[in-house]
Amino acid sequence: MPTSIAALLLYAISLVLYLWLLYTNRPWVGVSATTLLAGGLLVHYFSLMERARALDSVPYQDLSGSLSLFAWLLALTYLGLEMFHRQRSVGAFVVPVVFVLALFSTVFTPHQPPAPPEAHSTVFALHVTLNVLAYSAFAIAFVLSVIFLLQNRMLRDRAPGRTFWRFPALELLERMSRSSVAVGLLALSVGIVLGLIVSRDVRGRFWSNDPKELISVLILLGYTAYLWLSRTTRWRGARASWLCVINFVVVLFSLTIVNLYLSEFHRYF
Amino acid sequence: MDRAVRILVMGINHRTAPVELRERVAFDPEQARRAAAELTRSAHVGQPLLREAAVLSTCNRSELYAVPDHNAAETIPALRDYFAAFHRLPLAVLEPSLYVYQDAGAVRHLFRVAAGLDSMLLGEAEILGQVREAYQRAFANGTTGPVLNRMFQGALEAGRRVRSQTALGAGPMSVALAAVKLAEQIFGRLRERTALIVGAGTVGEQLVEHLRNRKIQHLLVANRSWERASGLAARFHGEAVRWEELSRVWARPDIVVTSLAVQEPWLTRAELEKAMAARGNRPLFVIDLGVPRNVEAAAGTLYNVYLYNLDSLAEIVEQNRRARQQEIPRAEQIVEEHVARFEAWWAAAEMVELLRTLRHQGTVPDAAALEQRLERMHELSPQERRDLRRTAEELLALARLEPEAQLRQVPALRERVRRLDLVRDLFGITKGTV
Repeated sequence: MPTSIAALLLYAISLVLYLWLLYTNRPWVGVSATTLLAGGLLVHYFSLMERARALDSVPYQDLSGSLSLFAWLLALTYLGLEMFHRQRSVGAFVVPVVFVLALFSTVFTPHQPPAPPEAHSTVFALHVTLNVLAYSAFAIAFVLSVIFLLQNRMLRDRAPGRTFWRFPALELLERMSRSSVAVGLLALSVGIVLGLIVSRDVRGRFWSNDPKELISVLILLGYTAYLWLSRTTRWRGARASWLCVINFVVVLFSLTIVNLYLSEFHRYF
Repeated sequence: MDRAVRILVMGINHRTAPVELRERVAFDPEQARRAAAELTRSAHVGQPLLREAAVLSTCNRSELYAVPDHNAAETIPALRDYFAAFHRLPLAVLEPSLYVYQDAGAVRHLFRVAAGLDSMLLGEAEILGQVREAYQRAFANGTTGPVLNRMFQGALEAGRRVRSQTALGAGPMSVALAAVKLAEQIFGRLRERTALIVGAGTVGEQLVEHLRNRKIQHLLVANRSWERASGLAARFHGEAVRWEELSRVWARPDIVVTSLAVQEPWLTRAELEKAMAARGNRPLFVIDLGVPRNVEAAAGTLYNVYLYNLDSLAEIVEQNRRARQQEIPRAEQIVEEHVARFEAWWAAAEMVELLRTLRHQGTVPDAAALEQRLERMHELSPQERRDLRRTAEELLALARLEPEAQLRQVPALRERVRRLDLVRDLFGITKGTV
């Protein structure tokens, strides 16, 4: 598939530039990194559309398609965050994830199982897209929290390293993480509601006590708790960041173990 | 024929002279203007000593950049005398500290200075601005010419590139700046922050200066004595806080700077714990500049407290110094690139002048010889004379055309005769004229 290879290539160059930016801090490197990432997003979008047309559904049924969609939304969320907070130094940590996901999606050649009938509706497409968007926003919040914890450690140990001075301030990391989680929560809430509607259309009932439904609600609660606790006396700072990290572990659990072994009707998301 | 100097720099800096001497030979802007003007005007020694001149004077260096006007062998001693006389110093006092670089050496020196490679504080940023000012002053005063213009512009370019493309200027190099940079790593911009300053010392005052430059919103000033506190508060444009009321303001500061002369730490873990409770555990950056320490070491383990003392800050500065030193080769490489660029321009510029001289030298004697011949040819009509003159000129031009075209068009040849001394010697052109 040539478009997905082209997107992969653009992500790869963008990734190198983001890493280089961490060392040199030359403005043109940052601008080129962002431009190439945006270019990758655009090309990737066409690749996804191609696949969606062939399936007549959101690409979610096979591993390749779902990873590809995840990579795309992750890059999109990151780009939005970068523009909103005008801060590029986090790219070196997020874009590698985008690249690896996109790489896997091209390596695992899609065998494209035919989409089930319910997968052709708009509500279903929105449900999948919004939930994946939420997971990508949580992934970014996770990365930001990890950077926060690392930097916090260096500051408290009084041992700042060489690239330390290029990282965003602790406060900004916290704010970026919070806004990312807020976007994720919004997308997840709407996505879950849409999922319930799909469930009613397909199975005749909103709620089936499926492990996927339960863990999604748990994730919703976990991130709501983070958003609230991160402003309180006891939790603000490193503790809230740990909570954010743990929440993402739950998300990963939901995306892997729950999907593969526990849930009745979710395979990849 | 001895090799002529075409660019030179003479001066002293922090490496060659102690501060007492540097102070005595510093040029203020007016003096810099006067010296450059005097040296490039004929009034000084009958004939102007220099064709172009610019003075660079900072607290670490006083340097005179010069393009000699004529046979330059005597220029250096004359300039040396002038330098000493200008500052009313015996030459014997000045001479041991004085250095002179010539031609490419002088160019390289200026480029390294602009890049911060020759600074006392490696990679410092101010020097680039000082070089720019020195150049602008000399330019406005009309004492620079094509060579120094090009040279200073090249130096500024090299300096800017070193700053943006290497980490030679990265990482704070003073304790005060390191502390402020750390504050920025915690809080981001300091505009909406409040700092509490307890006591005052040299480093503490530098720190306050940095905080004020970053437009910190509030400065609270406390001291054991109310008079001291209100005095300092007035100086820092801050708000004085009574010592007894310190515990009441703990919710306000994000940054605490303390440099009291005390035997025992005045800020204990218990005290800070109360402070953190008062401020809802919002991060607090405590900078302990006191010797002996003002803050109990155990206070550093409190949640969301970032405690730094003089030693930990000095260690960061030392790390940065080492990191900057690792960048020297890259910076030197950039400087060399720009020196080479300047030299290429310089060679080309000299060649143009040389060609002009060649043409002139060829034409004048030939024209005179032709006139003598024509005098004797009485049978020629005025029209024929004109034709003959023109033909002769055309033939002469044709004869010169080949080497001229070659020199203009073949870079390798230009490279070989780069210094052009060979050509000069061949045609017997005196060096002062080109």
